[in-house]
Amino acid sequence: MDFLNTHLLSLILFVPTIAALVMLFLPSGETKLLRWFAFSASLIPFVLTLILWRNFDPDVTGFQFQEIYPWYEALNSSLHLGVDGISISMVLLTTLLTPLAILASFSVTDRVKPYMMLFLFLETGMLGVFMSLDLLIFFVFWEIGLVPMYFLINQWGSANRDYASLKFMIYTMGGSLGLLLAVQMLGVLFGTYDLVALYERWNSLSADSMLLGMSVHTVKTIAFWAFAVAFAVKVPLWPFHTWLPDAHTEAPTAGSMILAGVLLKLGAYGFLRLVLPFYPLEAKIFAGALAFLAVAAIVFGAFAAYGQTDFKRLVAYSSVNHMGFVVLGIAAAGLAAGTTDAHIAMDGAVLQMFNHGLSAAGMFFLVGVIYERTHTRNLEEFGGLFPLVPVYGGILIFMSMASLGLPGLNGFVSEFMVVRGAYPVLTVYTAISMLGLLFTGAYILKGIMKVLHGPVNEHWAHGDHKLTEINTREIFVVVPLMALILVIGLWPAWILEVINKAVVALF
Amino acid sequence: MATELLIWLIPLPPVLAFFLIVLFTNKNKALSHSVAISAAFLSWLGSMVVFVRALGVEHLGEHPFESAINWLPTGDTWLKVGVLIDPLSAAVLFFVAWTVLMIFIYSVGYHNYGQPAGDHDHAGLPPHGATVHGHAVPSVEPMYSRFFAFIGLFAFGMYTLVVSDNLLTLFVGWEIMGLCSYLLIGFWFGKPSARNAAVKAFMTTRIGDVFMLLGISFLYYATGTLSYREIFNEETLHVLATVPSGVFGLSAAGLIAILLFIGTIGKSAQFPLHVWLPDAMEGPTPVSAMIHAATMVSAGVYAVIRMFPLLSAGYEGHGLTAAMSVVAFIGAFTAIFAATIAVAQNDIKRVLAYSTISQLGFMIAALGIGAYVAAVFHLITHAFFKALLFLGSGSVIHGMEHGVLHTGNHSVDPQDMFNMGGLRKKMPITFWTFLIGGFALSGFPLVTAGFWSKDEILADAWGHGHMAVFITLAVAAFLTAFYTMRQITLTFLGEARTKEAEHAHETPFTMTVPLMILSVFAIGYGWVGIPEHFPLLGGLVPNWFHEFVGGTLAEHPEAVEFSIIPLATSLFVALGGLFFGWLAYRNVKSVAQDKLQIPLLKNKYYFDEAYDYLFIKPAIWFSEVFVSKWMDKGFIDGILHIFGPATGGLGTFIRDKFDVPVVNRFFGDGSADATYWIGKNLRPIQTGRIQQYLILSLIILVVIGGLLFALLVRSA
Repeated sequence: MDFLNTHLLSLILFVPTIAALVMLFLPSGETKLLRWFAFSASLIPFVLTLILWRNFDPDVTGFQFQEIYPWYEALNSSLHLGVDGISISMVLLTTLLTPLAILASFSVTDRVKPYMMLFLFLETGMLGVFMSLDLLIFFVFWEIGLVPMYFLINQWGSANRDYASLKFMIYTMGGSLGLLLAVQMLGVLFGTYDLVALYERWNSLSADSMLLGMSVHTVKTIAFWAFAVAFAVKVPLWPFHTWLPDAHTEAPTAGSMILAGVLLKLGAYGFLRLVLPFYPLEAKIFAGALAFLAVAAIVFGAFAAYGQTDFKRLVAYSSVNHMGFVVLGIAAAGLAAGTTDAHIAMDGAVLQMFNHGLSAAGMFFLVGVIYERTHTRNLEEFGGLFPLVPVYGGILIFMSMASLGLPGLNGFVSEFMVVRGAYPVLTVYTAISMLGLLFTGAYILKGIMKVLHGPVNEHWAHGDHKLTEINTREIFVVVPLMALILVIGLWPAWILEVINKAVVALF
Repeated sequence: MATELLIWLIPLPPVLAFFLIVLFTNKNKALSHSVAISAAFLSWLGSMVVFVRALGVEHLGEHPFESAINWLPTGDTWLKVGVLIDPLSAAVLFFVAWTVLMIFIYSVGYHNYGQPAGDHDHAGLPPHGATVHGHAVPSVEPMYSRFFAFIGLFAFGMYTLVVSDNLLTLFVGWEIMGLCSYLLIGFWFGKPSARNAAVKAFMTTRIGDVFMLLGISFLYYATGTLSYREIFNEETLHVLATVPSGVFGLSAAGLIAILLFIGTIGKSAQFPLHVWLPDAMEGPTPVSAMIHAATMVSAGVYAVIRMFPLLSAGYEGHGLTAAMSVVAFIGAFTAIFAATIAVAQNDIKRVLAYSTISQLGFMIAALGIGAYVAAVFHLITHAFFKALLFLGSGSVIHGMEHGVLHTGNHSVDPQDMFNMGGLRKKMPITFWTFLIGGFALSGFPLVTAGFWSKDEILADAWGHGHMAVFITLAVAAFLTAFYTMRQITLTFLGEARTKEAEHAHETPFTMTVPLMILSVFAIGYGWVGIPEHFPLLGGLVPNWFHEFVGGTLAEHPEAVEFSIIPLATSLFVALGGLFFGWLAYRNVKSVAQDKLQIPLLKNKYYFDEAYDYLFIKPAIWFSEVFVSKWMDKGFIDGILHIFGPATGGLGTFIRDKFDVPVVNRFFGDGSADATYWIGKNLRPIQTGRIQQYLILSLIILVVIGGLLFALLVRSA
């Protein structure tokens, strides 16, 4: 038990990788064994995360369950892990979604072994970002996560997968170049990559000292944008978002679930773990610019989603729309740092990350369910499916409403908090974002209308085309998501209290 | 049980019923409706107990039942939510409980419970009838259980809204009802018209909702709370009324009130967001009653009533605040605007729909001029008689459908009033109850509830000197009486105009009993609010309503002084309208004889068309063409796609101009070539003859020796 407590984070982090390596030695032909092995292996981090959650003390300021192992001593970089109220909720999201994504992938029959292994590697990559307290390690995990996802899209994706996977990979890597340079600069300047140490030293620099021959302010401004662009691509903010609809649409169902559910959060997490603490002054100065991009993402994301005829692209664009609220909250928090407005905005942003993870994963999964049966995503070919698949229809409406932000479900709580937090400091932007919120309704209803409503669809009603109802395994994938969506909608305090305490301590 | 706990429990049974039906009992019709009706009954019972207990509390306004819990952590504090029963919510709870229960019971008959399944029915379309022993009979609704689940959720939303002590849970209930109305209007989603109406309703009300969300955010920011009783204290209101908001010169209170009011414009279908409500008639009739009378649209008015202290912050009995003027204008305009459309409609439910819009305008206008109690009074009486009318019209349609099944001529629209006539003999209970409802709507003097509430609004407008509002509402009231009598005459009086009307049939008791119960309220509820100084009747019964509901406000509103002019006006417009309506339509045999079939009115002033051109089509173009095609695929991806070729081009350039000629040719191949050349040219000296090597060595030795000698000796 003692070992468990002291090594909890590294266990959660590396169990998936170990499991993936074990899978190497399993026979490739035994698909059933491989699936169940991967699924059970991904449940271990989840159970460990539950233990972590139970033992986590929200009242303690700073990071908990810290572990430090030497890694690259010449550079003074170490494998430093730790969680606070913000990252623990992201860890929970990741370890929850991965088993569900693997369960959703049970219908994959092509090269099951590498597929499942990639998913497990992916989980380690994502968790590493959320847990690292060392800038170099952060960057390493940040990039590692790209590789499995690239192959998942490239090898198991649909028709246009080459284009989509390349765009995804190049775009994200391109965005990270500045981040890499800025990270190096910090390392050179302070001789350490340790986040906790950097927080202190970086912000205790006096304003008139010179760095690399430039004023501190200039250096920080450059570094701020280097960080911001990298994270903006990942979130994604307008106008860096066009990789997303392609990647999400072409990825296999479970890949889209993880992409939308977790990978996008890495960008937002970068903003609140690195950008705001490192550059509080710049975050204040450039809050308007960030808010502008966020609102553009909210509004154009909603319009673009409404303009799609491909069901999956519609859902993909909804992520642009929803993640815009996260960044709007972050911008407001940066601007109003230290006030209740900032706390509410930031609470809302973090909760919105969690909530979007649930609902976006659910939506992509439901699109996948119907795509698997019909092999089309064209909304014009659907319509009138409700009588054929009433259970699926009910679930789809539920999930859509969560995505729409219906009060009583989770999305509303976080969107309301973001709007409330942003309203006093970014009034005009918040007011414009309401246009996006209005059109969220439009595209969600368009999705429901074009898929479920209308005269019974004769094409999918009979014979070979007969659409089958959602099966038990698929229901098992979606029920945990629905339950959490409802629980957070009705009683958000259980998770928000953890987030809120960390937010108050940090900002 | 403690009253507070009971209040918490009131909204729960219907939502439990929703989950029970969806998850477990949906295959069993009898079980489903039993679950739903029991739930509605439990909520009704709880509401009645709470209501009675509320009556027993002296100064309930100052000492309401309340209880709150921490809900949302926000920085160092919590956002609390809870329940509150003050006089206003007690009065509203009373009518909600009654109408909801009646509608639940009525739905059993309306959806043909006990009838066989239809021959060709399937989910998503209204039942078409079944054949039993060669006879066409009505068939049961294929999604019977689902209907009860939905109305259960709907009832939950309404109860939540009423018992809330804060704007946030009010908004939650508000939106849940929005969802349910979407689901219920689109209940027969197989019909494209129903599907479109559902989306239209949701989107139109959502326009209001996003403004309301802004208003809630602003209010929360400005006061740090969303609980009514914490906001509505003198100090907070005074601050809000004096701090400028920076928008249009409004005070903070004014801006918040207007933002919240825009939510009501959407929800209560006020001009210019009224367009969704008539289309919402695509839903099954109990839904219409539920949405339009008992719950959702009333919720909009209820929200404004709740926010009245905010709306009127800074108002001192004369000179309306900016926000109040807006509200009064929208209400009065909507009242007359919708009434003019109603006179030209032929669909029995659409007449009622426009009538609802118009009557809600009365309430809104009343609030705008500060007639708080009158607005609440009209809200409640209207809920009763309009629910009665909608359920009555449903009964008529049901009877007509019977006739249609009998003749087998499905081209006859069972909702078109010109296909009816003479139904009083075929459907006597429906007729008498509809007549009561209609007269209440028209404000038939003394007997009906509608008279008392409408009269009070007119009296208030007159008494406070709001002449424009007074005249507008008086004309609207005249039109109301007129179109109501037109409807009654066309539907029930005279002779049957079609064979289908001849074979219409009275509906089962599950439908007629709710009608009878609602009739009692449509008459009797007026008597609780008879003004004290009314000639003859005044003072016989105490004006309980004014005393009770007026107590909600911190400052008890004074009853307006009695004046004969508004009374005479309301007598004249009610009786005159009824008379002319009867006179004009008593002998009309076909639609061609109706002089009011004016295209402008029939097409509702072309609002749908105008919105389509102004907003919907541009929005679709903006989404599909501008954002998706031009901006994302064209511009942004266009730039990205330059990077590919540009990088490739740069690579090719470097390869062709540097790598190949310089690195490969010059350095790579060049050095090999040079080595080869040197080797080739040096080959002649590699002769293999030892003598030559020795001579060469000697020469080199001499040269080096000479060099060394020269350098070392000379330098030394």
